[in-house]
Amino acid sequence: MSSDVTGTVTGTTDGTTAATAAGTPGGTAAATAAGPGAPLPPPAHGSAGERRLYWALADCWTVVRRDLTHLAKQPSVIAWQLGFPIVSVLLFVFVFGSAMDVGEGVDYKDYAMPGMFAMTMAFGFMNTAMSVVIDKERGVTDRFRSMPMAPSAVVTGRGVSDVLHAALDLLVMAGIALVVGWRSDGGLFATVYAFALLLLLRFSLIWVGVWLGLIAPNQEVAGNLFAVAFPFGMISSVFTPPSAMPDWLGAIAMWNPVSATSNAVRELYGNPLPVGSSWIEQNSALMAVVSPLVITAVFLPLAVRKFQRLSA
Amino acid sequence: MTTTPGEAPPAGGREFSVVAQGLRKNYGDKRALDGLDLAVPRGTVFGLLGPNGAGKTTAVRILCTLSRADGGSAGVGGHDVTSRPREVRRSIGLAGQHPAVDEIMTARQNLEMFGRLFHLGRARARLRAGELLEQFGLSDAAGQQPKNFSGGMRRRLDLASSMILAPEVLFLDEPTTGLDPRGRSEVWQAVRSLTETGTTVLLTTHYLDEADKLADRIAVIDRGRNVTDSSPAFGGETPTPAALKRAIGGDRIEVMAREAADMPDIVKAVARVAAEGSEPETEDATGRIHASVPAGEGVAALTEVARGLQEAGITVEDIGLRRPTLDEVFLTLTREKQEAAA
Repeated sequence: MSSDVTGTVTGTTDGTTAATAAGTPGGTAAATAAGPGAPLPPPAHGSAGERRLYWALADCWTVVRRDLTHLAKQPSVIAWQLGFPIVSVLLFVFVFGSAMDVGEGVDYKDYAMPGMFAMTMAFGFMNTAMSVVIDKERGVTDRFRSMPMAPSAVVTGRGVSDVLHAALDLLVMAGIALVVGWRSDGGLFATVYAFALLLLLRFSLIWVGVWLGLIAPNQEVAGNLFAVAFPFGMISSVFTPPSAMPDWLGAIAMWNPVSATSNAVRELYGNPLPVGSSWIEQNSALMAVVSPLVITAVFLPLAVRKFQRLSA
Repeated sequence: MTTTPGEAPPAGGREFSVVAQGLRKNYGDKRALDGLDLAVPRGTVFGLLGPNGAGKTTAVRILCTLSRADGGSAGVGGHDVTSRPREVRRSIGLAGQHPAVDEIMTARQNLEMFGRLFHLGRARARLRAGELLEQFGLSDAAGQQPKNFSGGMRRRLDLASSMILAPEVLFLDEPTTGLDPRGRSEVWQAVRSLTETGTTVLLTTHYLDEADKLADRIAVIDRGRNVTDSSPAFGGETPTPAALKRAIGGDRIEVMAREAADMPDIVKAVARVAAEGSEPETEDATGRIHASVPAGEGVAALTEVARGLQEAGITVEDIGLRRPTLDEVFLTLTREKQEAAA
């Protein structure tokens, strides 16, 4: 059984083909001698399984580097993606803030900022879906799939990139929050844990995004996901407590995973929060972990199966 | 099938880089491939011609392991596409209908990324990127983003990306669709230089002149079947462009009369060499008289008509032999098929 690494010369059954193809006038002698078709075998020993794992990780990292390059080349993308949350901060904290009364004499800023963090994470699945659909439309996904790379890297690379991207989003958001006067009073561990919970929410939604991106026929349709993302982010405890909403809407908002994360991180940041007495609102710390895990358990297999179905 | 049973492995061996036997594929109710047979000789440029929806892209997707066939078998570079997809992926390059390059990374970064994904390692990926940029005339644009490239340049970068491992078989799915004439000729030149290195190229196109210019062999597919190989005219082999035109269309002899009064005599002379069942056609307005002549007898027929006219003392404006265009061939082949089906 030839594995990823050992079956080196199928592409160049006759070495001459490879050598001539590579041996262009500018070609370096060393490269020509090695032949372009001989993949590098970094782990000199190890089982086929270990080598496969090595390449799954190495290929994933190569795909992640691609996204990091995008970010480095177009830092303005971050600004565009954060445009909505930033405008929201300004609107809700400064424009509506004075009229917002979430009860118990809470400063609205302390209520809204953690909610805004959670909303940014919630909207992130659109970015994932858009990246997936663009690669699919442009044929990049097919090119990857026609290459001898680890097929899993296409999906895992997306996941890792998006978590890194989300971490950067949070960093920028937290910076803005600090500027407008928000502070975490929860201590280092609690604060870090709160950011981890936010990333967990984003992580679980990556699979929703991948799945939707593979289903969406084109970029236009993926762009319309905003119609889903908007209520998903807003009908929650992000801006107002569900208890202040009509009963039926409040019930939906309470059970929205975004609410659980919002409430949990407010508590961790030590921002005083008015929550209702329902079970779901009293157990937000638990649900902020459970909900993302459930979403992942449902959508990760769906996304993987959809990806494999591309070859149907 | 041209493979010798027992000698060559079913996946295609020494002689053929790509072999497909009875490939079938349905998308819902739509039958994309209906028993497609192909045999692509090693080191050739093989043109797969057909109208939109004939199954060209489906065939390429199956051969590139992007799609699974519902029936039949196929091998690329000696490996079965279903049971050995990894090996197949290591022996192919694919340039699909749209240039699949990253728009934001530079040309060099693109090639380095693909090199790393082909497991060349960082240093060799960098080296190979430099070679390919040179080979495809992109050295000057190495540091630019493809979004600023012309269509032809983008296509060349796409081709370079599919040549990282100097693949045994390169699949080009409509490589010049959407390009301006300059872009097309750039791509043609790039493809020709590849074939000099011994790479087998399977090219799909609906531009007949493209197949005529680039391909050594041409198979016409229509409704998911290979209608050239199954045609008795080629004895079960995939014809060269010239053979295809000769066998299907035959040559046409064309005379332009100088004096309208000479036309009846010219028609008589042409009629003597015309193929059986083919009457000379005349266009009074232009003075053009033309008729089909039997395959392979074009030159003899031309000589005979010229001598006949000379002996009769008729001078003509022009006389010549015209090969049928692939368009005509294509229409003939697909029409035959339709009549057979009816």
